[in-house]
Amino acid sequence: MSQTLNIQNLHASVDGIEILKGLDLEVPKGEVHAIMGPNGSGKSTLSKVLAGHEDYEVTDGRVTMDGTDLMELEIDERSREGLFLAFQYPHEIPGVSNANFLRAALQARLPEGEEIDAVGFYKEMYAKMDALSMDRKFTGRAVNDGFSGGEKKRNEILQMMMLEPSYAILDETDSGLDIDALKIVAEGVNRMRSPERGFLVITHYQRLLDYIVPDVVHVLFDGRIIKTGDKELAHELEEKGYDWLTNELVAV
Amino acid sequence: MAEENPVSWFAAPPVFDLGLELPDWYRQLQETSWQTFLTLPEPARTDQNWRFSDLKKVRFSELQAARPAENAEALVQRAKTERVEDFAAHFVFANNRLIHSEINELPAGAICLPLNEALVECGDLVKNHFMKEEGSLGGSKFSALHAAATLSGLFIHFPQGATCKLPILTHHFASGDFNCVFPHMLVVAEGQAEVTVLETFETAAEDEQTFFFANTDLIANNGANLQYVALQDESDHGPKHIQLNSSRVGRDANIKSAFVNLGAAWVRQEAIARMMEEGSDCQVFSANLANGTQEYDQRTLQSHEAQHTTSDLLFKNALYDQARTIFAGLIEVQSGSHHTDSYQTCRNLLGSDQAEANAMPGLEIDADQVKCSHGSTSGQISDEEIFYLQARGIPAEQARQIISLGFLNESIARLKGEAVQSYLFDRVERKFKSLT
Repeated sequence: MSQTLNIQNLHASVDGIEILKGLDLEVPKGEVHAIMGPNGSGKSTLSKVLAGHEDYEVTDGRVTMDGTDLMELEIDERSREGLFLAFQYPHEIPGVSNANFLRAALQARLPEGEEIDAVGFYKEMYAKMDALSMDRKFTGRAVNDGFSGGEKKRNEILQMMMLEPSYAILDETDSGLDIDALKIVAEGVNRMRSPERGFLVITHYQRLLDYIVPDVVHVLFDGRIIKTGDKELAHELEEKGYDWLTNELVAV
Repeated sequence: MAEENPVSWFAAPPVFDLGLELPDWYRQLQETSWQTFLTLPEPARTDQNWRFSDLKKVRFSELQAARPAENAEALVQRAKTERVEDFAAHFVFANNRLIHSEINELPAGAICLPLNEALVECGDLVKNHFMKEEGSLGGSKFSALHAAATLSGLFIHFPQGATCKLPILTHHFASGDFNCVFPHMLVVAEGQAEVTVLETFETAAEDEQTFFFANTDLIANNGANLQYVALQDESDHGPKHIQLNSSRVGRDANIKSAFVNLGAAWVRQEAIARMMEEGSDCQVFSANLANGTQEYDQRTLQSHEAQHTTSDLLFKNALYDQARTIFAGLIEVQSGSHHTDSYQTCRNLLGSDQAEANAMPGLEIDADQVKCSHGSTSGQISDEEIFYLQARGIPAEQARQIISLGFLNESIARLKGEAVQSYLFDRVERKFKSLT
């Protein structure tokens, strides 16, 4: 069985408007792939489609995760199967503590009748929070409720660390972060890098990629990958802007 | 459907004989209250205080004075198994009779006695505070009935400076069709005293037509802190539950009260909070989970009667199936009560198209330099919220439950004491799990 997240000829629409227009992409385990692209190119649509958001209609193509057809699975099944999406705008869940939320997510992964070991759970959570420089008080606070932008993003990374996915998609995790928060978040991600895990890092800016150094960089434009390269491509984009590529494309 | 027979109520006060020598004033008060009860008209929907109420449910055709419960020992066990672990004292009543009491620790000089004993042992002190609230939000007939009949519940008096971190617990059980219970709670916290009381109302069996007529009067004098929590977890079908509450808050004192409703076929709760002196602060919370054809009808008054007083009210309803809730709340800033801060919020989470949440917030201000806000919202769980939880591997149905539980927990979390919070949280969670 192939150990990759494989996307072939993906077409997806929202409200009848096609956003992804035949996207091909392969993220093998052990690699970090970055997707860059201007606003409106379809970056967030891609992350939502992979996670299974119901507003997005997949009209053609195929996505497999380690050989499993992702499109056949419900949203929650995809997550339990090993896919993780770090949200660009994490939702607030008033009245539900962070700890209870994480427990419920972990509990959902256990066979029926089996209970989470509470002591071990807290120990692990505290260790991971320490790694992200998160205050312990966040365990008792309602999920993302009243969190600053940086705290929300850190909380997403904490969830990723707790759920230990096979493939993680980071949707503009850098947006709204100051440099210190960005470094902490990137460090969290880097600690998670492993031969057993693939990353798809979606970003608008090259800055994040100074801290999470990608193996491969893709440029998404108008619903398709128009260029793929190594980490130097990100620098080139930063210097020359997206017009450099998109004009070229229009000229052709 | 044929009209039900006219209400017969009682032929005589539903008072059982405890063989106690009660003070004369009390016997007289019972008699006067009984006459008042007979004289007062039945609730009518033309009365603003009963607007939206399903008055069919307020007709009490067959009520009787409760005989002793048969399964007292089992009820005591049940109350002990599920109580908050660390407590100051615990009293269990079934069908108006005390069936169990335990006292672990009470501060020196504190009185914590069943009402009938308190009447005998410190009758004058009880008399100073007993059933003094004259205002009403519509339930005066029930208030009169309660005064005519109650001999159960507690009288708690904390003298100056007496404090107790652990809660005083009571359980009130009702059993047997058409039996009525009259749980009374009178808490007086004198200057700088601190006390928490947690009451649980339950029924002994499923689906019996039992009736609770509870009255809860809370008094906090200079600088006292009083917290009162009522959990109504009766059977979903059959029981009708009326609870009338008044809170009088003195100078720099604080009262927190909370009403959590999970059970009963019909509930009527009235809460009057009176901020009487400078620095008075009162907070009123409610968390209600209604399903089936349950109806929860709550009326509140936040009455600011002095300068520099504050109050906050947060009521949350989660509704399923054909459940109904009614919230009517008034903030009244009386003449000259300048610098009042007062807030009132009712939020409804609709889990079904057929559920009905009625909200009537109100504001009357006769003072200057006042900050007041009131509001009510009704809505459903957003798809984006469910998506977020699902994306973490939590199935959609469970996601809804977690979000709803969190919604109710927001008002529970405002109470003092983790043990009290988790006691309530666990009960709410248990009911959510029973909904499928």
